[in-house]
Amino acid sequence: MFYRENGQYKTTYAADQQMLPILQDRVFMAGLLVVAFVAVPFFASDYLFLSLLIPFLILTLAAIGLNLLVGYCGQISIGHAAFMAVGAYAAYNIALRIPQLNFLVVLVLAGLIAAAVGMLFGVPSLRIKGLYLAVATLAAQFFTDWLFARVKWFTDYASSGSVSTAPIVMFGWTIDTPVKKYCFLLAVLIVFTLIAKNLVRGHIGRAWMAMRDMDVAAEVIGIRPVYAKLSAFAVSSFYVGVAGALWGFMHLGSWEPLAFNLTLSLNLLFMIIIGGMGSLLGSYFGAAFIVMLPILLNQLPTLLGVPISTAMISHLELMIFGALIVFFLIVEPHGLARLWAVGKEKLRLWPFPH
Amino acid sequence: MKKNLPTFILGIVLLTGLVAPLATGASAPGFYIEVLLGGLMAGVLYSLVALGFALIFKASGVFNFAQGAMVLFAALAVARLAERMPLWVAMLLATAIMIVLAWLVERLVLRPLVNQEGVALLMATLGVSYFLDGFGQTVWGSDIYKIELGIAKEPVMILDQLFQGGILVNKEDFVATIAAAALVASLMLFFQKTATGRALRAVADDHQAAQSIGIPLNRIWVIVWSVAGIVALVAGVIWGSKLGVQFSLSQVALKALPVVILGGFTSVAGAIVGGLIIGVGEKMAEVFLGPVMVKAFDLAGGGIENWFAYVLALLFLLVRPEGLFGEKHIDRV
Amino acid sequence: MRQAAKTRLLAAATGALVAAVAATASAPAFAQAKEQFFPVLSYRTGAYAPNGVPFANGYVDYLKLVNARDGGINGIKITFEECETGYATDRGVECYERLKGKGPTGATLFHPLSTGITFAVTDKSFTDKIPIITGGYGRADSVDGTVFGWNFPLGGTYWDAADMLVQHVGKKEGGVDRLKGKKIALVYHDSPYGKEPIALLQERAKMHGYELLLLPVTHPGVEQKATWLQIRQQRPDYVFLWGWGVMNSTSIKEAVATGYPREKMYGVWWSGAEPDVTPAGEGAKGYNALVFLASAGQGQVHKDVLKHLHDKGQGTGKKEEVGEVLYNRGLTFAMMSVEAVKRAQIKYGKKPLKGEEVRWGLENLAIDQAAIKKLGFEGFMTPISTSCVDHAGGRTASMHIWDGKKWNVQPGVIEADQQIIRPMIRASAEKYAAEKKIARRDCAKEQ
Repeated sequence: MFYRENGQYKTTYAADQQMLPILQDRVFMAGLLVVAFVAVPFFASDYLFLSLLIPFLILTLAAIGLNLLVGYCGQISIGHAAFMAVGAYAAYNIALRIPQLNFLVVLVLAGLIAAAVGMLFGVPSLRIKGLYLAVATLAAQFFTDWLFARVKWFTDYASSGSVSTAPIVMFGWTIDTPVKKYCFLLAVLIVFTLIAKNLVRGHIGRAWMAMRDMDVAAEVIGIRPVYAKLSAFAVSSFYVGVAGALWGFMHLGSWEPLAFNLTLSLNLLFMIIIGGMGSLLGSYFGAAFIVMLPILLNQLPTLLGVPISTAMISHLELMIFGALIVFFLIVEPHGLARLWAVGKEKLRLWPFPH
Repeated sequence: MKKNLPTFILGIVLLTGLVAPLATGASAPGFYIEVLLGGLMAGVLYSLVALGFALIFKASGVFNFAQGAMVLFAALAVARLAERMPLWVAMLLATAIMIVLAWLVERLVLRPLVNQEGVALLMATLGVSYFLDGFGQTVWGSDIYKIELGIAKEPVMILDQLFQGGILVNKEDFVATIAAAALVASLMLFFQKTATGRALRAVADDHQAAQSIGIPLNRIWVIVWSVAGIVALVAGVIWGSKLGVQFSLSQVALKALPVVILGGFTSVAGAIVGGLIIGVGEKMAEVFLGPVMVKAFDLAGGGIENWFAYVLALLFLLVRPEGLFGEKHIDRV
Repeated sequence: MRQAAKTRLLAAATGALVAAVAATASAPAFAQAKEQFFPVLSYRTGAYAPNGVPFANGYVDYLKLVNARDGGINGIKITFEECETGYATDRGVECYERLKGKGPTGATLFHPLSTGITFAVTDKSFTDKIPIITGGYGRADSVDGTVFGWNFPLGGTYWDAADMLVQHVGKKEGGVDRLKGKKIALVYHDSPYGKEPIALLQERAKMHGYELLLLPVTHPGVEQKATWLQIRQQRPDYVFLWGWGVMNSTSIKEAVATGYPREKMYGVWWSGAEPDVTPAGEGAKGYNALVFLASAGQGQVHKDVLKHLHDKGQGTGKKEEVGEVLYNRGLTFAMMSVEAVKRAQIKYGKKPLKGEEVRWGLENLAIDQAAIKKLGFEGFMTPISTSCVDHAGGRTASMHIWDGKKWNVQPGVIEADQQIIRPMIRASAEKYAAEKKIARRDCAKEQ
């Protein structure tokens, strides 16, 4: 009843091509942004910021990056935490060696370095496909795990192999409290989402999707696989690298290579599959789901006052997490984003079901 | 012939690397053989896990990430059951458990996911592996448990008159290798000689064609997953008796992944040969190449075996995209 | 139709999840009560569970005992909540954030029980003002209380441990100078934990002229074949083992398989408990490890635990576990934490205390032989006395040897040589303070 698009005419090309063509969507988005920027900082607790919202924002960015590669270009990667690690260590070293550099510049440089490394590990995708490629990307994972643990220069010769960062100061503004971090990260995420949205609906995104749907056919109609695949790897690694730098600087503060291990890679993959492959919105849903679920499962028995031992809770957490993954894959293989689309469709017809 | 040139060059480089420690005198011959044997032994274990991967992939197109969790689950079952009954009864019972598990996985996970994309299936098996990790620890506990096969663990010195320092070997390793070889041989027989085996191969070649001539797909899947479960059991028992049975066992399976890409996803022979190559390659690299790298780059310790196998497999794939024994694939629009 | 049902099901599931999270976020504030809240970070699952479980049980048992036997700390009831970290840094940080504000006065103090988590929460401690106890682990330089205002490596650090091991093998050779030309291999867990002793061992290597062989083992540590082949090739005179969880027992098993004598293997205090040696069976016989405060065995306090908890079915773990090495360590750490609160109550009054107030107790902890006896820990602890400058309070340990069935403590106490360690601590703390822009505390003013 409220969600109707009739009567909204598109009279210019610009109107036809805008991101949110329906008025109600624009209102909703504006409302959401107001809530996110104004209401949340007022009401959320420190715990909510530090344990849910900040990881959620950063991992969403990483999930978008991975989604560009897997969901849009069809190249599976099980080793994307490696590029997060590259981003984090690159940012650490740049900030350490050129302290006067603005943090935003550091972020971009870290992203570029991650992109270069991503392209390097993307080269095999020109020869191998599908699951072979997926397993091959694990090479990136294990190699970077080793590299940052062993080459002392990367960790500034720290005896423990753990690096830590000082609070970030930008334009005379110190980002130290959870609220400030949240606002900064939200802004970064919005900018990167807009860029991604425009990439995927532009020329390059279409080339990626053609590659994904059928690479041989895409080649026949004149899309160069070298260009399409490597650009997807580069852009994806750039996003993930920036996310990695933020994960290190904003979330962890001090970290060791184990912080970017295979579990994180697999979680990123879970996010885009649960959220929806080839959907930016899905990256948000997926990240929210994967960040919240373990924490929630872990706390639920205590909240409900069910007396089970901590060990049992952790085992149950693993079991329910695994079972839910399978459940979601079976019930909605296209992810939560698809659910959202179905919901919107229903809303359009409501209250008349047909 | 020209096409095989890169393969040839890679082979030469690897072989040179293999004999280099001996030729340059960096290692005593006796020790060299010990490393070789150690690598082969590790390789046999990788092969066993890789075999489980290959079997399932061949028959159902599923890349089964849960193979490692299955190894752990089976080993835990044997270890805990053996505390209450003789070992052979425990193993039989564990086999039954693995078959029930296979049936459940087919019913609850695979059947509803038929015709999904490869990634979705892979993630589903990851879900299964999380579940098994939690379930296994709930049922069997999370301590370190022992499996006693009754074989001496103290090493024996052989050929010490031939080589300076002799060669240390373990009886346990030899028994394990023989058990693994017997398992592989009986699997081969099963595939080649029995009707079920032939049906399995038919399904692997073409699902739809197999179904059209009356091969029940679902039953075949249960059988394949059961066989993979039994392979996991054997791997779990051997590995568990060497290292102890504990949660971390499920992570050793990650070591088998480069083996499957090297050998080809669908090839049983590839799993075995690939396992041996990776096993020997990584131990050689760690022991001989590692210290050289540490000195050259001033690293904080070696540990290159963690990625060496992957990089080796990756290099290999660049030369032969379908793996060692994989089927050649021709793309058509 | 089926699709619609599915969609509804899924929507309901998602809705439930969101609602539950909202509920979690707005957890009710605790009523002001006469309670002292102890957060317990533990790992009862995963690769490190065999070692994490007995420690956590000992820790929790003591907290329960104080309530059951003494009615709390001078009448203030202890409450506690466990949170599973799985030995993972990110989960540990989440647990820290979750528990730091609970209870009427917030968390009393934290035992992160992982060097990685310690590194991560150290940064947070400066703003949260909650002490971080890292007895026998954590950052070695955090002994310096003027920089690391909130870290308490009670009883010693890894630099102390490494120093003691070198001294011990030096004595075996007939003087540390005899170590010249010898080879010592460090087999370590490849994490901040395992890397911490390297700096000290290198410093000592420079002094005595032994060769140090660094052999990292990747988490979780079940792949050690190549490591031990290298040991077989290099034939080091001694092997120092710096492992945790399943890595320890694997090391000993591989030592058996490659024929390295267990008598020449020395473990740090985290590599010297029952779960480390029993899986290797008879093969572990002769293996040495440092004892941190207490070895295995039972004393008066264990009798109390059995009487007040286990006999009433209130025990946390299995009854047989009471008196194991790691159980005892958990017990001892809980005792020191409770003693710190008691000490602080003298200054601030018998009421629930804030982390900041507990810190004063930790900095003025003095548990002498008489106090140890009174607490029922006779034979299970060495005296400890801390100050604002010295956050460790003690740096001695003994050695115990596994005879195939039980641990036998060797006579004699080893003390770490502060002549070597103190300058290293100073330099390292200085670097940290400069990096993080921390102003040193002036201890003279605060007392």
